[in-house]
Amino acid sequence: MAKQHVVTTLNGNSVEFLCDTHQTLLEVLRDELHLTGTKEGCGTGDCGACSITLNGRLVCSCLTLGVEAQGKSVETIEGMSNGENLHVLQRKFLEHAALQCGICTPGVLVAARSLLERNSDPTETEVRFWLAGNLCRCTGYNKIVEAVLDAAKEMRGA
Amino acid sequence: MSTVLDRTEKTLKVIGTRPVRPDGVPKVTGLAQYGADFSLPGMLWGKILRSPHAHARIRSINTAKALALPGVKAVITSADLPDQKFDYVGPERVAVNFWHMTRNIMAREKVLYEGHAVAAVAATTSAIAAEALRLIEVDYEVLPHVIDVDEAMKPDAPLLFEDMITRGITPAPTKPSNISKRIEYKMGDVDAGFAAADEIVELNFKTAPVHQGYIEPQACLARADADGQTELWASSQGHFVVRTMTVKLLGMKTGDLRVHPAEIGGAFGGKTVVYVEPVAVALSRKTGHPVKIMMSREDVFKATGPTSGTSSTIKIGVTRDGKIVAAEALFKYQAGAFPGSPVMNGCMCGFAPYDIPNVRTIGYDVVCNRPKATAYRAPGSPMSAYAVESTLDMVAAKIGMDPLQLRLKNTAKPGTQLVYGAKHAHAGFAETLQALQRHPGYTAPLGKNQGRGVASGYWFNGGGESSATVHVNEDGTAVVATGSPDIGGSRASTALMAAEALGIPYEHVRPIIADTNSVGYTQATGGSRVTYATGMAVINACNKVIAEMCARAAKIWKIDAADVIWEEGCARPAGKRLGEFEPLSFKEIASKRTATGGPISAAASLNAEGQAPGFSTQFCDVEVDPETGHVKILRYVAAQDAGRAIHPAYVEGQIQGGVVQGIGWALNEEYIYDQEGHLSNAGFLDYRIPVASDLPMIETILVEVPNPNHPYGVKGVAEANIVPPMAAVANAIYHATGRRMTELPMSPPKVLAALDSGRGG
Amino acid sequence: MSEMRYEAPKTLESAVALLSGATGLARVLAGGSDLLIQMRTGRVEPELLVDIKGIPEMTSIVAEKGGFRFGAAVSCMELHEHKAFAQAWPGLTEAAMLIGSYQIKGRATVGGNLCNASPAADSVPALIAASATASIVGPNGRREARVEDIATGPGKTSLAKGEIVASFLLPPRPAHAADAYLRFIPRTEMDIAVVGAGVNLTLNDKGVCTHARVVLGAVAERALLVAEAANALIGTKVDAAALQRLSAAASAACRPIDDKRGTKEYRIKVAGVMTRRAAAIALDRARRMN
Repeated sequence: MAKQHVVTTLNGNSVEFLCDTHQTLLEVLRDELHLTGTKEGCGTGDCGACSITLNGRLVCSCLTLGVEAQGKSVETIEGMSNGENLHVLQRKFLEHAALQCGICTPGVLVAARSLLERNSDPTETEVRFWLAGNLCRCTGYNKIVEAVLDAAKEMRGA
Repeated sequence: MSTVLDRTEKTLKVIGTRPVRPDGVPKVTGLAQYGADFSLPGMLWGKILRSPHAHARIRSINTAKALALPGVKAVITSADLPDQKFDYVGPERVAVNFWHMTRNIMAREKVLYEGHAVAAVAATTSAIAAEALRLIEVDYEVLPHVIDVDEAMKPDAPLLFEDMITRGITPAPTKPSNISKRIEYKMGDVDAGFAAADEIVELNFKTAPVHQGYIEPQACLARADADGQTELWASSQGHFVVRTMTVKLLGMKTGDLRVHPAEIGGAFGGKTVVYVEPVAVALSRKTGHPVKIMMSREDVFKATGPTSGTSSTIKIGVTRDGKIVAAEALFKYQAGAFPGSPVMNGCMCGFAPYDIPNVRTIGYDVVCNRPKATAYRAPGSPMSAYAVESTLDMVAAKIGMDPLQLRLKNTAKPGTQLVYGAKHAHAGFAETLQALQRHPGYTAPLGKNQGRGVASGYWFNGGGESSATVHVNEDGTAVVATGSPDIGGSRASTALMAAEALGIPYEHVRPIIADTNSVGYTQATGGSRVTYATGMAVINACNKVIAEMCARAAKIWKIDAADVIWEEGCARPAGKRLGEFEPLSFKEIASKRTATGGPISAAASLNAEGQAPGFSTQFCDVEVDPETGHVKILRYVAAQDAGRAIHPAYVEGQIQGGVVQGIGWALNEEYIYDQEGHLSNAGFLDYRIPVASDLPMIETILVEVPNPNHPYGVKGVAEANIVPPMAAVANAIYHATGRRMTELPMSPPKVLAALDSGRGG
Repeated sequence: MSEMRYEAPKTLESAVALLSGATGLARVLAGGSDLLIQMRTGRVEPELLVDIKGIPEMTSIVAEKGGFRFGAAVSCMELHEHKAFAQAWPGLTEAAMLIGSYQIKGRATVGGNLCNASPAADSVPALIAASATASIVGPNGRREARVEDIATGPGKTSLAKGEIVASFLLPPRPAHAADAYLRFIPRTEMDIAVVGAGVNLTLNDKGVCTHARVVLGAVAERALLVAEAANALIGTKVDAAALQRLSAAASAACRPIDDKRGTKEYRIKVAGVMTRRAAAIALDRARRMN
């Protein structure tokens, strides 16, 4: 079967690619578009390492087909900073030492940004439940939660 | 919340601060490259065929159909790897047997667990490689299997190795069994000790096997050139270890394999061995193309080494005043399909925090039809501590003594004899106990269905071989190259130690992890050894650089090098030349290197000794739902002796991470097998590691009792924190419910059954 | 190697035509959070995927006949974000919000949850307790069905070839009516329900329960509508004694299996506990609702 031709918007840029119908968006991002910031931790939607946003909605790219990106807007970790300017969340993660091995970090950052876009003043509990879909085995989540709360505070101008 | 106690040194400039890690930006922007993130032109995709059976003889493997599939470039089996001599090599505690290892990489006579690698293919796409696996025909003769450690020790259990005679028993048994080894340590006279005890507690415990749970599956990219020179990009805790094992398994010259350390997405001991690397190299050799292999999550659970499930019996005797007079332990650990469980460590560590005159520990290393056990954070110690620390809690309850007080009364100190022959050389344990005693939360009141539990733990920590090279750039910045993969922020502590030693700003130090061709041999990042041993290599190299800097200054000033000292980042005239010249900074000397003798760099290597063990004491408050058995962690406080916290945030992070792994081990993590020996929960859905909403903030107390053997007093911190949590949680459940949980995990059905039965579960 | 066709029709008619005309295995793609996992393991190898997320009826939430009609392909997050819907049906909404992580909820749908027919599906007990009806479109036209008649067993539905569940209709809410859904899981998130309990009840002005529906999940081959448990509440003020009878009836109705998520005994016990707790929440909500 011929490959599918997909036109999509990726981190604000118009992008086109070819893929097989069975390829997930995660596989397309990593293997066709060579954006390896989005990670495969499980391939079954249980770990959140592959988190991206699709039309602004936080989803697992391992459970989305590449062809489904047609005509939509995809945002990955690679689109989070702006040149030299890191997003507040990225800065706070570094300041708070909220990463150790860093493999879960792209997914957590994408998920956390999605939270703060919807809820600018989350409680600790709200942050923990929002991030329940992002497994981290290194940090025990402590500094991740502290970094997200601190980023929210700065973004509110508090 | 974190407290740092007992900081005695006031003159350190950068050590103890919390700067951003040097490798941080690539990691928060998605640019850092992990094992699966590398590609090369012409790359092929490798996939591994795995046994569907827990135990079977391999009658034949037919790869013809797979080879014929368009896009498939090679298929390999064990026939493509040389066989190895049967021999246990290396120190007993970490002995390796390549005869076993090659069979774990690719099965030969038998498959010994579901998921055991049998063959591998390389193809032009991942989908074609997966299709090719389906076309490989393996004829199996299925055999009875055994998984549980007690079952595997029974005289009529199915045998994994028909010729396995237990080592460590004299005279040697005549009948083969699944018991690979028996070990025994003793000191004093336990029988006399128990006879003198006023109270004795004896309990049996069982723990389920658990996986390290790293989020990154194993992955690598190999490129073997036609002349045998090979490059490998691998995510591993030790790329030198990857090199050693891979060249041995493939019959290569060590110098022909260059291993590049990828960033690593978690390991906790599970990536100190090889799985996909020799396979990728073999496929690359056969095809003449680079080959990439990435394990799936299912394969990680089915085929990579978790830690042992265990069965143990603990007996502790005390006099009424709380003095422990005798202690005995029997530990049976699952090794998985090949010998090498960490039972020795369990025997050595269980009673190690305490000064007990009469001790005996016996251990059995038992093979069974599941993946070969690999190190998991303080390997062997958490399981033994769960049993010992739970028993101690019952002892404390029996004599009406506070559990911290009981431990303080029996604390090991420098000079205390350990059951395995050595003597304690370092303090630190008592200080962790005292830190908790002083914590206001320790005496805070609790509500209905709530309880508080205390536990301690010990881990040897490692020294070992490390190398470092320091190059000084003309602008006064410095590159510090080590061979220690950075699992959790060690580049930051490396840069801090180098900056402190050289007297230059932290931001001027550029730490890198160099490949196996570019820096001296370095043992794996594990054993909590990097800040200690690699730190010492870095400091030694820095000291050599300083000596060279002083010599250059002497040349510039035309004075004797003996009259130059290094102070606060500058060379200064001293002795009889004191005050004669203005100091020359690191940067200034660096800029004059060409005229004064050329590039300035230094290398240092060592086999570090004198490391101090890790001690941690923790308390935990839980609430138990009496109608469902669900356990909620309300509060967790962990104290650990760090010697000196080079970068306190990363030390806190190690403690928090290890504690949470311990909580998962305590409450929900286990391998669930069906009747055929197949793993039912080979994924993160049903292998339940803690999620963010399961936990409160983990409070850390950094105790600092410096280790005099390290220039900055460092004690390794990565591992001792996972040793106490299972007992801390079990003890908390006991105090909340009156039920003693003697089996892990303490999942809701088990807790509810214990509550309803009126007894311990 | 399997080659799979992917189609994204814009109308129900064309979706139905694709599915009923398929010669090989065809599957509806909604959120994909069950289907893509089944495809990955090779359990399901479709030759045709029909992506229905571009069809208006399937992706909208509208007021209808005093109640709500929501499309079978509306994501859990969209349901949750619809204030009026969430206010009228807090139990169904919280059930939908328990289907996995926020990433999963951004894609997963109630239609997919129902038609995947896992006995432990979280949205189904509350959907049945709400007396929801499904509007099904197929080659022979449109028909309405009670939601409890759709799943017939693990992975099986009563849908004929070519039929799609297009939307769900929820009836108007009388005064003092509220629903609740609770499930038991070992962690606090990310687990499949060991037991699920959906309770929907209505009180009269005197606080007496006049209507109730109690549905259990994960304790049988499909969600169980337990009349005896509902009868324990009807005619009472839902006091402690009534709740006890409800709890006992729920436990008695279970016919669970032993599996890696729970034993028979545990499920039977906890079913009673969860049902009672869910009923208490529904009661509290109903008392506060006008």
